[in-house]
Amino acid sequence: MIINGVTIDATFAEAFPMKATRAIITAQNEKWAMISAQAMTGFATSVIACGCEAGIERTLSPEETPDGRAGVSIMIFAMGGKGLAKQLETRAGQCVLTSPTSALFAGIDGGIRIPLGKNLRYFGDGFQIAKVISGKRYWRIPVMDGEFLSEATTGRVDAIGGGNFLVLAESQPQALTACEAAIEEMRKIPNVIMPFPGGVVRSGSKVGSKYKTLNASTNDAFCPTLKGATKTDLSPEIESVMEIVIDGLTKEDIAKAMRVGIQAVCDLGADNGIKRISAGNYGGKLGPFHFHLQEIMA
Amino acid sequence: MSALTFTLKYSPDQRVDMSPLVCHQLKDLAVSDIAALTLQSGKRKLRVDELFTIDGSDTQNIVIKNSVDNLDFIGKELEGGSISVEGDAGAYLGFGMKAGEIKVSGNAGLYAACEMKKGYLEVSGNAGDFLGAALPGNKMGMKGGTILVKGNVGERAGDHMRRGNILIEGNAGDYCGSRMTAGTIAVMGQTGRYLGYAMRRGTLLLWTQPQLSASFNDCGAHTLAFLPILFASFKSLNSKFADASSAFNRVQRFAGDMSEMGRGEVLVKR
Repeated sequence: MIINGVTIDATFAEAFPMKATRAIITAQNEKWAMISAQAMTGFATSVIACGCEAGIERTLSPEETPDGRAGVSIMIFAMGGKGLAKQLETRAGQCVLTSPTSALFAGIDGGIRIPLGKNLRYFGDGFQIAKVISGKRYWRIPVMDGEFLSEATTGRVDAIGGGNFLVLAESQPQALTACEAAIEEMRKIPNVIMPFPGGVVRSGSKVGSKYKTLNASTNDAFCPTLKGATKTDLSPEIESVMEIVIDGLTKEDIAKAMRVGIQAVCDLGADNGIKRISAGNYGGKLGPFHFHLQEIMA
Repeated sequence: MSALTFTLKYSPDQRVDMSPLVCHQLKDLAVSDIAALTLQSGKRKLRVDELFTIDGSDTQNIVIKNSVDNLDFIGKELEGGSISVEGDAGAYLGFGMKAGEIKVSGNAGLYAACEMKKGYLEVSGNAGDFLGAALPGNKMGMKGGTILVKGNVGERAGDHMRRGNILIEGNAGDYCGSRMTAGTIAVMGQTGRYLGYAMRRGTLLLWTQPQLSASFNDCGAHTLAFLPILFASFKSLNSKFADASSAFNRVQRFAGDMSEMGRGEVLVKR
Protein backbone atom coordinates (compact mmCIF):
# COMPACT_ATOMS: atom_id res chain seq x y z
CA MET A 1 0.00 0.00 0.00
CA ILE A 2 1.38 3.42 -0.96
CA ILE A 3 -0.29 6.71 0.06
CA ASN A 4 1.11 9.92 -1.43
CA GLY A 5 4.42 8.16 -2.04
CA VAL A 6 4.59 6.78 1.51
CA THR A 7 4.77 2.99 1.82
CA ILE A 8 2.46 1.51 4.44
CA ASP A 9 4.09 -1.69 5.65
CA ALA A 10 2.07 -4.91 5.73
CA THR A 11 2.57 -5.19 9.46
CA PHE A 12 0.70 -4.49 12.65
CA ALA A 13 0.99 -2.74 15.99
CA GLU A 14 0.66 -5.08 18.95
CA ALA A 15 -1.14 -3.75 22.00
CA PHE A 16 -1.94 -4.98 25.49
CA PRO A 17 -4.83 -4.86 27.92
CA MET A 18 -4.49 -2.13 30.52
CA LYS A 19 -6.65 -0.45 33.15
CA ALA A 20 -7.53 3.20 32.65
CA THR A 21 -9.15 6.09 34.40
CA ARG A 22 -9.96 9.67 33.61
CA ALA A 23 -10.06 12.74 35.84
CA ILE A 24 -11.10 16.31 35.22
CA ILE A 25 -9.02 19.09 36.70
CA THR A 26 -10.52 22.57 36.89
CA ALA A 27 -9.02 25.81 38.11
CA GLN A 28 -9.54 29.56 38.14
CA ASN A 29 -8.49 29.64 34.49
CA GLU A 30 -7.22 27.31 31.79
CA LYS A 31 -3.62 28.27 32.50
CA TRP A 32 -3.76 26.90 36.05
CA ALA A 33 -5.83 23.88 35.11
CA MET A 34 -3.20 23.04 32.51
CA ILE A 35 -0.33 23.56 34.96
CA SER A 36 -1.97 21.14 37.37
CA ALA A 37 -2.73 18.64 34.59
CA GLN A 38 0.83 18.77 33.31
CA ALA A 39 2.14 18.11 36.81
CA MET A 40 -0.25 15.20 37.30
CA THR A 41 0.68 13.58 33.98
CA GLY A 42 4.40 14.23 34.31
CA PHE A 43 6.91 11.36 34.41
CA ALA A 44 4.33 8.98 33.01
CA THR A 45 5.59 8.09 29.55
CA SER A 46 5.87 4.34 29.92
CA VAL A 47 4.87 1.68 32.41
CA ILE A 48 8.39 0.27 32.02
CA ALA A 49 9.70 2.64 34.68
CA CYS A 50 7.03 5.22 35.48
CA GLY A 51 4.38 2.94 36.95
CA CYS A 52 1.77 4.30 34.60
CA GLU A 53 1.22 6.09 31.32
CA ALA A 54 -0.65 9.35 31.53
CA GLY A 55 -1.50 12.23 29.30
CA ILE A 56 -3.76 15.18 28.70
CA GLU A 57 -6.78 14.20 26.66
CA ARG A 58 -8.07 17.69 25.93
CA THR A 59 -9.01 21.03 27.41
CA LEU A 60 -12.60 21.57 28.54
CA SER A 61 -14.68 24.72 28.28
CA PRO A 62 -16.45 25.98 31.43
CA GLU A 63 -19.73 24.58 30.07
CA GLU A 64 -18.23 21.09 30.01
CA THR A 65 -16.93 20.97 33.58
CA PRO A 66 -18.86 20.15 36.76
CA ASP A 67 -18.05 23.45 38.50
CA GLY A 68 -18.34 25.74 35.49
CA ARG A 69 -14.66 26.65 35.38
CA ALA A 70 -12.06 25.99 32.72
CA GLY A 71 -10.73 22.46 32.89
CA VAL A 72 -8.47 19.78 31.50
CA SER A 73 -9.27 16.10 31.05
CA ILE A 74 -6.44 13.72 31.83
CA MET A 75 -6.18 9.94 31.48
CA ILE A 76 -3.99 7.45 33.32
CA PHE A 77 -3.26 3.90 32.15
CA ALA A 78 -1.58 1.15 34.14
CA MET A 79 -1.07 -2.59 33.82
CA GLY A 80 -3.24 -3.40 36.86
CA GLY A 81 -6.07 -1.93 38.88
CA LYS A 82 -4.10 -1.64 42.11
CA GLY A 83 -1.20 0.13 40.45
CA LEU A 84 -3.57 2.49 38.70
CA ALA A 85 -5.34 3.41 41.94
CA LYS A 86 -2.03 4.08 43.67
CA GLN A 87 -0.72 6.24 40.84
CA LEU A 88 -3.98 8.19 40.67
CA GLU A 89 -4.01 8.88 44.37
CA THR A 90 -0.39 9.90 44.75
CA ARG A 91 -0.49 12.09 41.66
CA ALA A 92 -3.77 13.71 42.70
CA GLY A 93 -2.37 14.36 46.16
CA GLN A 94 0.97 15.77 45.09
CA CYS A 95 0.04 17.53 41.87
CA VAL A 96 -3.61 18.65 42.04
CA LEU A 97 -4.27 19.12 45.75
CA THR A 98 -1.16 21.30 45.82
CA SER A 99 -2.00 23.32 42.72
CA PRO A 100 -3.58 26.76 43.37
CA THR A 101 -7.36 27.07 42.84
CA SER A 102 -7.68 23.50 41.53
CA ALA A 103 -10.61 21.11 41.89
CA LEU A 104 -10.75 17.48 40.85
CA PHE A 105 -13.65 15.50 39.41
CA ALA A 106 -14.35 12.04 38.04
CA GLY A 107 -14.02 11.68 34.29
CA ILE A 108 -15.72 8.27 34.10
CA ASP A 109 -19.12 7.77 35.71
CA GLY A 110 -19.40 4.00 35.41
CA GLY A 111 -16.76 1.33 35.82
CA ILE A 112 -15.19 0.12 39.03
CA ARG A 113 -14.90 2.99 41.50
CA ILE A 114 -11.40 3.90 42.64
CA PRO A 115 -10.46 6.61 45.13
CA LEU A 116 -9.92 10.13 43.86
CA GLY A 117 -10.45 12.45 46.83
CA LYS A 118 -11.67 9.67 49.11
CA ASN A 119 -8.36 9.32 50.95
CA LEU A 120 -6.99 12.78 50.21
CA ARG A 121 -9.67 14.00 52.59
CA TYR A 122 -7.52 13.04 55.56
CA PHE A 123 -5.27 15.95 54.65
CA GLY A 124 -8.12 18.02 56.08
CA ASP A 125 -7.19 16.76 59.57
CA GLY A 126 -10.80 16.42 60.65
CA PHE A 127 -11.95 19.74 59.16
CA GLN A 128 -12.89 18.11 55.82
CA ILE A 129 -16.56 18.14 54.84
CA ALA A 130 -18.40 15.59 52.70
CA LYS A 131 -21.24 16.64 50.42
CA VAL A 132 -23.38 14.20 48.51
CA ILE A 133 -24.83 16.04 45.53
CA SER A 134 -26.97 14.24 42.94
CA GLY A 135 -25.71 10.89 44.20
CA LYS A 136 -22.03 11.83 43.96
CA ARG A 137 -19.89 12.31 47.01
CA TYR A 138 -17.55 15.28 47.10
CA TRP A 139 -14.93 16.18 49.67
CA ARG A 140 -14.25 19.76 50.66
CA ILE A 141 -10.77 19.95 52.10
CA PRO A 142 -9.70 23.21 53.72
CA VAL A 143 -6.39 24.42 52.26
CA MET A 144 -4.48 27.67 52.51
CA ASP A 145 -5.96 29.24 49.35
CA GLY A 146 -9.55 28.33 50.32
CA GLU A 147 -11.05 24.90 49.76
CA PHE A 148 -9.90 21.99 47.60
CA LEU A 149 -12.95 20.27 46.17
CA SER A 150 -12.60 16.70 44.98
CA GLU A 151 -15.06 14.06 43.93
CA ALA A 152 -14.59 11.00 46.15
CA THR A 153 -14.13 8.45 43.37
CA THR A 154 -13.70 8.07 39.66
CA GLY A 155 -14.25 5.10 37.36
CA ARG A 156 -11.73 2.48 36.31
CA VAL A 157 -12.32 0.68 33.03
CA ASP A 158 -10.59 -1.91 30.90
CA ALA A 159 -8.49 -0.27 28.21
CA ILE A 160 -5.73 -0.89 25.70
CA GLY A 161 -2.17 0.38 25.70
CA GLY A 162 0.64 0.23 23.21
CA GLY A 163 -1.00 1.03 19.90
CA ASN A 164 1.74 2.55 17.77
CA PHE A 165 3.16 3.43 14.42
CA LEU A 166 6.63 4.36 13.20
CA VAL A 167 7.44 7.23 10.89
CA LEU A 168 10.48 6.53 8.70
CA ALA A 169 11.94 9.66 7.11
CA GLU A 170 14.93 10.84 5.16
CA SER A 171 15.98 13.25 7.91
CA GLN A 172 15.41 13.93 11.58
CA PRO A 173 13.65 17.31 11.04
CA GLN A 174 11.31 15.74 8.50
CA ALA A 175 10.42 12.87 10.84
CA LEU A 176 9.70 15.30 13.65
CA THR A 177 7.60 17.61 11.47
CA ALA A 178 5.53 14.64 10.33
CA CYS A 179 5.03 13.43 13.90
CA GLU A 180 3.99 16.91 15.03
CA ALA A 181 1.38 17.00 12.28
CA ALA A 182 0.15 13.56 13.32
CA ILE A 183 -0.11 14.48 17.01
CA GLU A 184 -2.03 17.65 16.20
CA GLU A 185 -4.70 15.59 14.46
CA MET A 186 -4.66 12.71 16.97
CA ARG A 187 -5.28 15.04 19.89
CA LYS A 188 -8.68 15.78 18.40
CA ILE A 189 -9.71 12.15 18.95
CA PRO A 190 -11.42 11.45 22.30
CA ASN A 191 -10.55 8.59 24.65
CA VAL A 192 -6.87 8.38 23.65
CA ILE A 193 -3.60 9.75 24.92
CA MET A 194 -0.12 9.75 23.43
CA PRO A 195 1.94 9.50 26.62
CA PHE A 196 5.46 10.25 25.40
CA PRO A 197 7.02 13.74 25.39
CA GLY A 198 5.00 15.81 22.96
CA GLY A 199 3.34 12.54 21.95
CA VAL A 200 6.48 11.33 20.16
CA VAL A 201 9.08 8.76 21.18
CA ARG A 202 12.49 8.61 19.55
CA SER A 203 13.76 5.63 21.53
CA GLY A 204 11.45 2.79 20.60
CA SER A 205 12.40 -0.41 22.39
CA LYS A 206 12.49 -4.11 21.74
CA VAL A 207 11.87 -6.77 24.36
CA GLY A 208 15.01 -8.00 26.14
CA SER A 209 18.64 -7.02 26.14
CA LYS A 210 22.08 -8.52 26.10
CA TYR A 211 22.26 -7.31 29.70
CA LYS A 212 20.36 -9.72 31.91
CA THR A 213 19.01 -7.05 34.24
CA LEU A 214 17.21 -5.17 31.47
CA ASN A 215 13.79 -6.11 30.13
CA ALA A 216 13.92 -3.73 27.20
CA SER A 217 16.58 -2.18 25.04
CA THR A 218 16.95 -0.05 21.94
CA ASN A 219 15.12 -1.24 18.86
CA ASP A 220 18.33 -1.72 16.87
CA ALA A 221 16.51 -2.86 13.73
CA PHE A 222 15.10 0.67 13.42
CA CYS A 223 18.22 2.60 14.51
CA PRO A 224 19.55 4.37 11.43
CA THR A 225 23.13 4.56 12.70
CA LEU A 226 23.20 0.76 12.94
CA LYS A 227 22.10 0.07 9.38
CA GLY A 228 25.41 -1.60 8.59
CA ALA A 229 25.98 -3.12 12.00
CA THR A 230 22.83 -5.11 12.78
CA LYS A 231 19.97 -6.90 11.06
CA THR A 232 18.26 -3.70 10.00
CA ASP A 233 14.71 -3.00 8.90
CA LEU A 234 15.75 0.24 7.25
CA SER A 235 16.57 1.00 3.65
CA PRO A 236 19.64 3.13 2.90
CA GLU A 237 17.77 6.46 2.49
CA ILE A 238 16.15 6.33 5.98
CA GLU A 239 18.02 8.59 8.39
CA SER A 240 15.52 8.96 11.22
CA VAL A 241 12.65 6.96 12.74
CA MET A 242 10.16 8.24 15.30
CA GLU A 243 7.30 6.44 16.96
CA ILE A 244 3.91 7.51 18.20
CA VAL A 245 2.43 5.36 20.98
CA ILE A 246 -1.29 5.44 21.68
CA ASP A 247 -3.23 4.30 24.73
CA GLY A 248 -7.00 4.26 24.41
CA LEU A 249 -10.18 3.09 26.02
CA THR A 250 -11.20 0.82 23.14
CA LYS A 251 -9.71 -0.79 20.05
CA GLU A 252 -11.84 1.49 17.89
CA ASP A 253 -10.52 4.62 19.62
CA ILE A 254 -6.91 3.58 19.01
CA ALA A 255 -7.59 2.59 15.40
CA LYS A 256 -9.24 5.93 14.76
CA ALA A 257 -6.33 7.83 16.27
CA MET A 258 -3.84 5.78 14.25
CA ARG A 259 -5.77 6.43 11.06
CA VAL A 260 -5.86 10.22 11.44
CA GLY A 261 -2.22 10.26 12.57
CA ILE A 262 -0.94 8.17 9.69
CA GLN A 263 -3.06 10.17 7.27
CA ALA A 264 -1.54 13.44 8.53
CA VAL A 265 1.93 11.97 8.00
CA CYS A 266 1.03 10.74 4.54
CA ASP A 267 -0.41 14.14 3.62
CA LEU A 268 3.14 15.49 3.91
CA GLY A 269 4.16 12.61 1.67
CA ALA A 270 7.36 11.49 0.00
CA ASP A 271 8.06 15.04 -1.21
CA ASN A 272 8.70 15.98 2.40
CA GLY A 273 10.99 13.06 3.03
CA ILE A 274 8.49 10.62 4.53
CA LYS A 275 9.22 7.21 3.07
CA ARG A 276 7.50 4.53 5.15
CA ILE A 277 5.05 3.88 7.94
CA SER A 278 5.69 0.79 10.01
CA ALA A 279 4.67 -0.48 13.45
CA GLY A 280 6.14 -2.22 16.45
CA ASN A 281 5.13 -5.74 17.37
CA TYR A 282 6.44 -8.87 19.03
CA GLY A 283 5.37 -11.32 16.40
CA GLY A 284 1.83 -11.33 17.71
CA LYS A 285 2.77 -13.55 20.63
CA LEU A 286 2.47 -11.09 23.52
CA GLY A 287 -0.40 -8.69 22.94
CA PRO A 288 -3.94 -9.76 22.04
CA PHE A 289 -4.76 -6.57 20.15
CA HIS A 290 -3.34 -6.25 16.63
CA PHE A 291 -3.72 -3.06 14.62
CA HIS A 292 -2.91 -3.89 11.00
CA LEU A 293 -1.74 -0.71 9.31
CA GLN A 294 -3.08 -1.50 5.87
CA GLU A 295 -6.50 -2.45 7.25
CA ILE A 296 -6.65 0.78 9.24
CA MET A 297 -5.76 2.87 6.21
CA ALA A 298 -7.96 0.92 3.77
CA MET B 1 -53.66 3.19 32.69
CA SER B 2 -54.91 6.12 34.74
CA ALA B 3 -53.70 7.01 38.21
CA LEU B 4 -55.25 5.21 41.15
CA THR B 5 -57.28 8.06 42.63
CA PHE B 6 -58.72 8.21 46.14
CA THR B 7 -61.24 11.02 46.49
CA LEU B 8 -62.14 11.78 50.11
CA LYS B 9 -65.91 11.63 50.59
CA TYR B 10 -66.03 13.52 53.88
CA SER B 11 -63.64 14.95 56.44
CA PRO B 12 -63.22 12.26 59.13
CA ASP B 13 -63.62 13.28 62.76
CA GLN B 14 -60.66 11.23 63.90
CA ARG B 15 -57.18 11.09 62.43
CA VAL B 16 -56.70 8.41 59.78
CA ASP B 17 -53.63 6.22 59.35
CA MET B 18 -53.06 6.19 55.57
CA SER B 19 -49.98 3.98 55.68
CA PRO B 20 -51.60 0.99 53.87
CA LEU B 21 -52.21 3.12 50.79
CA VAL B 22 -48.68 3.20 49.39
CA CYS B 23 -47.59 2.06 45.94
CA HIS B 24 -45.61 -1.02 46.94
CA GLN B 25 -48.35 -2.36 49.21
CA LEU B 26 -51.07 -1.93 46.57
CA LYS B 27 -49.02 -3.50 43.80
CA ASP B 28 -50.81 -6.49 42.25
CA LEU B 29 -54.01 -5.78 44.18
CA ALA B 30 -57.33 -5.43 42.31
CA VAL B 31 -59.35 -2.28 42.92
CA SER B 32 -61.92 -4.36 44.80
CA ASP B 33 -59.21 -5.65 47.12
CA ILE B 34 -57.94 -2.11 47.69
CA ALA B 35 -61.49 -0.98 48.48
CA ALA B 36 -61.73 -3.69 51.13
CA LEU B 37 -58.54 -2.66 52.94
CA THR B 38 -59.08 -1.07 56.33
CA LEU B 39 -57.61 2.13 57.69
CA GLN B 40 -57.26 2.87 61.40
CA SER B 41 -59.21 5.97 62.38
CA GLY B 42 -59.23 6.68 66.07
CA LYS B 43 -60.37 3.44 67.65
CA ARG B 44 -62.32 2.37 64.57
CA LYS B 45 -61.25 0.65 61.38
CA LEU B 46 -62.72 2.10 58.21
CA ARG B 47 -62.89 0.40 54.84
CA VAL B 48 -61.10 2.39 52.17
CA ASP B 49 -64.27 2.67 50.08
CA GLU B 50 -66.13 3.98 53.12
CA LEU B 51 -63.81 6.97 53.20
CA PHE B 52 -62.86 7.36 49.53
CA THR B 53 -64.31 6.91 46.10
CA ILE B 54 -61.77 5.02 44.03
CA ASP B 55 -60.98 5.58 40.34
CA GLY B 56 -58.18 4.39 38.08
CA SER B 57 -55.93 1.40 38.56
CA ASP B 58 -52.26 2.44 38.28
CA THR B 59 -51.02 1.58 41.75
CA GLN B 60 -47.62 3.13 41.05
CA ASN B 61 -49.23 6.49 40.51
CA ILE B 62 -51.55 7.39 43.38
CA VAL B 63 -53.61 10.56 43.69
CA ILE B 64 -55.39 11.57 46.91
CA LYS B 65 -58.02 14.20 46.22
CA ASN B 66 -59.78 16.51 48.69
CA SER B 67 -57.14 15.59 51.23
CA VAL B 68 -57.34 17.14 54.70
CA ASP B 69 -54.88 17.65 57.52
CA ASN B 70 -55.92 14.63 59.57
CA LEU B 71 -54.81 12.08 57.00
CA ASP B 72 -51.57 10.90 58.63
CA PHE B 73 -48.74 8.68 57.41
CA ILE B 74 -49.37 9.32 53.72
CA GLY B 75 -46.59 7.59 51.76
CA LYS B 76 -45.18 5.81 54.80
CA GLU B 77 -41.99 3.92 53.85
CA LEU B 78 -42.74 4.46 50.18
CA GLU B 79 -40.48 2.24 48.07
CA GLY B 80 -41.16 3.72 44.64
CA GLY B 81 -43.81 5.25 42.44
CA SER B 82 -45.48 8.57 43.07
CA ILE B 83 -48.16 9.93 45.39
CA SER B 84 -49.84 13.21 44.63
CA VAL B 85 -51.89 14.82 47.40
CA GLU B 86 -54.43 17.41 46.36
CA GLY B 87 -55.11 19.40 49.50
CA ASP B 88 -53.41 19.16 52.89
CA ALA B 89 -51.57 16.23 54.41
CA GLY B 90 -51.56 15.28 58.06
CA ALA B 91 -48.63 14.32 60.26
CA TYR B 92 -45.82 11.96 59.30
CA LEU B 93 -46.11 12.60 55.55
CA GLY B 94 -43.52 10.40 53.77
CA PHE B 95 -42.44 8.85 57.07
CA GLY B 96 -39.30 6.77 56.44
CA MET B 97 -39.79 6.90 52.67
CA LYS B 98 -37.18 4.90 50.77
CA ALA B 99 -37.72 5.97 47.16
CA GLY B 100 -40.22 7.57 44.82
CA GLU B 101 -41.92 10.91 44.90
CA ILE B 102 -44.59 12.61 47.01
CA LYS B 103 -46.13 15.97 46.10
CA VAL B 104 -48.59 17.88 48.24
CA SER B 105 -50.47 20.84 46.82
CA GLY B 106 -51.42 22.19 50.26
CA ASN B 107 -49.78 22.11 53.67
CA ALA B 108 -48.16 19.25 55.55
CA GLY B 109 -48.39 18.59 59.28
CA LEU B 110 -45.86 17.61 61.93
CA TYR B 111 -42.92 15.33 61.20
CA ALA B 112 -43.15 15.45 57.40
CA ALA B 113 -40.37 13.33 55.85
CA CYS B 114 -39.50 12.08 59.32
CA GLU B 115 -36.51 9.71 59.03
CA MET B 116 -36.75 9.84 55.24
CA LYS B 117 -34.13 7.70 53.52
CA LYS B 118 -34.31 8.56 49.85
CA GLY B 119 -36.64 9.99 47.20
CA TYR B 120 -38.25 13.37 46.67
CA LEU B 121 -40.93 15.12 48.73
CA GLU B 122 -42.48 18.42 47.69
CA VAL B 123 -44.90 20.54 49.72
CA SER B 124 -46.38 23.52 47.90
CA GLY B 125 -47.71 25.08 51.08
CA ASN B 126 -46.24 25.11 54.57
CA ALA B 127 -44.82 22.25 56.61
CA GLY B 128 -45.15 21.78 60.35
CA ASP B 129 -42.54 21.26 63.05
CA PHE B 130 -39.87 18.58 62.86
CA LEU B 131 -39.62 18.49 59.06
CA GLY B 132 -37.12 15.74 58.12
CA ALA B 133 -36.43 15.11 61.79
CA ALA B 134 -36.01 11.98 63.89
CA LEU B 135 -38.78 10.51 65.98
CA PRO B 136 -38.52 11.54 69.62
CA GLY B 137 -35.76 9.49 71.22
CA ASN B 138 -34.25 8.43 67.92
CA LYS B 139 -30.81 9.68 66.91
CA MET B 140 -31.09 9.79 63.14
CA GLY B 141 -33.44 12.01 61.21
CA MET B 142 -33.49 12.29 57.45
CA LYS B 143 -30.79 10.11 55.88
CA GLY B 144 -31.10 11.02 52.22
CA GLY B 145 -33.26 12.41 49.42
CA THR B 146 -34.58 15.89 48.85
CA ILE B 147 -37.40 17.83 50.50
CA LEU B 148 -38.73 20.99 48.88
CA VAL B 149 -41.13 23.24 50.79
CA LYS B 150 -42.41 26.25 48.90
CA GLY B 151 -43.93 27.88 51.94
CA ASN B 152 -42.71 28.16 55.52
CA VAL B 153 -41.69 25.42 57.91
CA GLY B 154 -42.14 25.10 61.64
CA GLU B 155 -39.61 24.55 64.37
CA ARG B 156 -36.83 21.98 64.52
CA ALA B 157 -36.58 21.45 60.76
CA GLY B 158 -33.86 18.88 60.12
CA ASP B 159 -33.51 17.88 63.76
CA HIS B 160 -30.89 15.09 63.92
CA MET B 161 -30.63 15.19 60.11
CA ARG B 162 -27.95 12.86 58.76
CA ARG B 163 -27.81 13.42 54.98
CA GLY B 164 -29.85 14.84 52.06
CA ASN B 165 -31.24 18.25 51.22
CA ILE B 166 -34.05 20.27 52.77
CA LEU B 167 -34.94 23.25 50.58
CA ILE B 168 -37.23 25.90 52.03
CA GLU B 169 -38.39 28.78 49.87
CA GLY B 170 -40.09 30.55 52.77
CA ASN B 171 -39.14 31.01 56.41
CA ALA B 172 -37.99 28.47 58.97
CA GLY B 173 -38.95 28.43 62.63
CA ASP B 174 -36.75 28.23 65.70
CA TYR B 175 -34.09 25.56 66.13
CA CYS B 176 -33.70 25.04 62.36
CA GLY B 177 -31.00 22.40 61.83
CA SER B 178 -30.81 21.55 65.50
CA ARG B 179 -28.62 18.57 66.38
CA MET B 180 -27.77 18.01 62.71
CA THR B 181 -25.17 15.35 62.05
CA ALA B 182 -24.75 16.20 58.36
CA GLY B 183 -26.68 17.20 55.24
CA THR B 184 -27.79 20.52 53.81
CA ILE B 185 -30.69 22.80 54.74
CA ALA B 186 -31.24 25.81 52.49
CA VAL B 187 -33.59 28.58 53.59
CA MET B 188 -34.44 31.47 51.28
CA GLY B 189 -36.51 33.36 53.84
CA GLN B 190 -35.95 34.23 57.47
CA THR B 191 -34.79 31.83 60.13
CA GLY B 192 -35.78 31.81 63.78
CA ARG B 193 -33.83 31.69 67.03
CA TYR B 194 -31.29 29.02 67.98
CA LEU B 195 -30.36 28.27 64.38
CA GLY B 196 -28.19 25.14 64.20
CA TYR B 197 -28.53 24.49 67.92
CA ALA B 198 -26.06 21.73 68.88
CA MET B 199 -25.35 20.87 65.25
CA ARG B 200 -22.29 18.63 64.84
CA ARG B 201 -21.74 18.78 61.08
CA GLY B 202 -23.81 19.82 58.08
CA THR B 203 -24.54 22.99 56.17
CA LEU B 204 -27.19 25.64 56.69
CA LEU B 205 -27.34 27.72 53.53
CA LEU B 206 -29.12 31.03 53.99
CA TRP B 207 -30.14 33.94 51.82
CA THR B 208 -30.58 36.33 54.73
CA GLN B 209 -28.41 37.03 57.75
CA PRO B 210 -29.68 34.99 60.71
CA GLN B 211 -29.67 35.74 64.40
CA LEU B 212 -26.80 33.50 65.39
CA SER B 213 -25.96 32.12 68.79
CA ALA B 214 -22.69 33.04 70.45
CA SER B 215 -21.49 29.49 69.79
CA PHE B 216 -21.12 30.17 66.06
CA ASN B 217 -17.81 31.74 65.01
CA ASP B 218 -17.27 33.93 61.97
CA CYS B 219 -14.80 32.35 59.50
CA GLY B 220 -14.93 35.22 57.00
CA ALA B 221 -16.16 35.63 53.43
CA HIS B 222 -15.33 32.93 50.91
CA THR B 223 -16.02 31.74 47.39
CA LEU B 224 -16.81 28.04 47.69
CA ALA B 225 -16.39 25.70 44.73
CA PHE B 226 -19.05 23.21 45.76
CA LEU B 227 -21.89 25.73 45.67
CA PRO B 228 -22.22 25.92 41.85
CA ILE B 229 -22.43 22.12 41.80
CA LEU B 230 -25.05 22.14 44.54
CA PHE B 231 -27.16 24.76 42.75
CA ALA B 232 -26.78 22.90 39.44
CA SER B 233 -28.34 19.86 41.13
CA PHE B 234 -31.48 21.93 41.84
CA LYS B 235 -32.02 22.88 38.19
CA SER B 236 -34.58 20.17 37.49
CA LEU B 237 -36.80 21.29 40.40
CA ASN B 238 -39.97 23.28 39.95
CA SER B 239 -38.75 25.85 42.41
CA LYS B 240 -37.08 29.18 42.99
CA PHE B 241 -34.02 27.11 43.82
CA ALA B 242 -33.77 26.23 40.12
CA ASP B 243 -33.49 29.87 39.05
CA ALA B 244 -29.97 30.80 38.01
CA SER B 245 -30.56 34.17 39.70
CA SER B 246 -30.95 32.40 43.05
CA ALA B 247 -27.52 30.78 42.84
CA PHE B 248 -24.40 32.20 44.46
CA ASN B 249 -20.97 31.00 45.46
CA ARG B 250 -19.83 33.88 47.64
CA VAL B 251 -20.74 33.40 51.29
CA GLN B 252 -19.98 34.45 54.83
CA ARG B 253 -19.03 31.30 56.69
CA PHE B 254 -19.83 30.69 60.35
CA ALA B 255 -18.57 27.54 62.07
CA GLY B 256 -20.52 25.87 64.83
CA ASP B 257 -22.08 24.82 67.02
CA MET B 258 -18.93 25.26 69.10
CA SER B 259 -20.78 23.94 72.13
CA GLU B 260 -20.86 20.67 70.21
CA MET B 261 -18.07 19.37 67.92
CA GLY B 262 -18.26 22.54 65.78
CA ARG B 263 -17.80 20.99 62.36
CA GLY B 264 -21.07 22.40 61.08
CA GLU B 265 -21.37 25.58 59.10
CA VAL B 266 -23.81 28.38 58.41
CA LEU B 267 -23.24 29.90 54.98
CA VAL B 268 -24.92 33.24 54.37
CA LYS B 269 -25.20 34.75 50.91
CA ARG B 270 -22.91 37.77 50.45
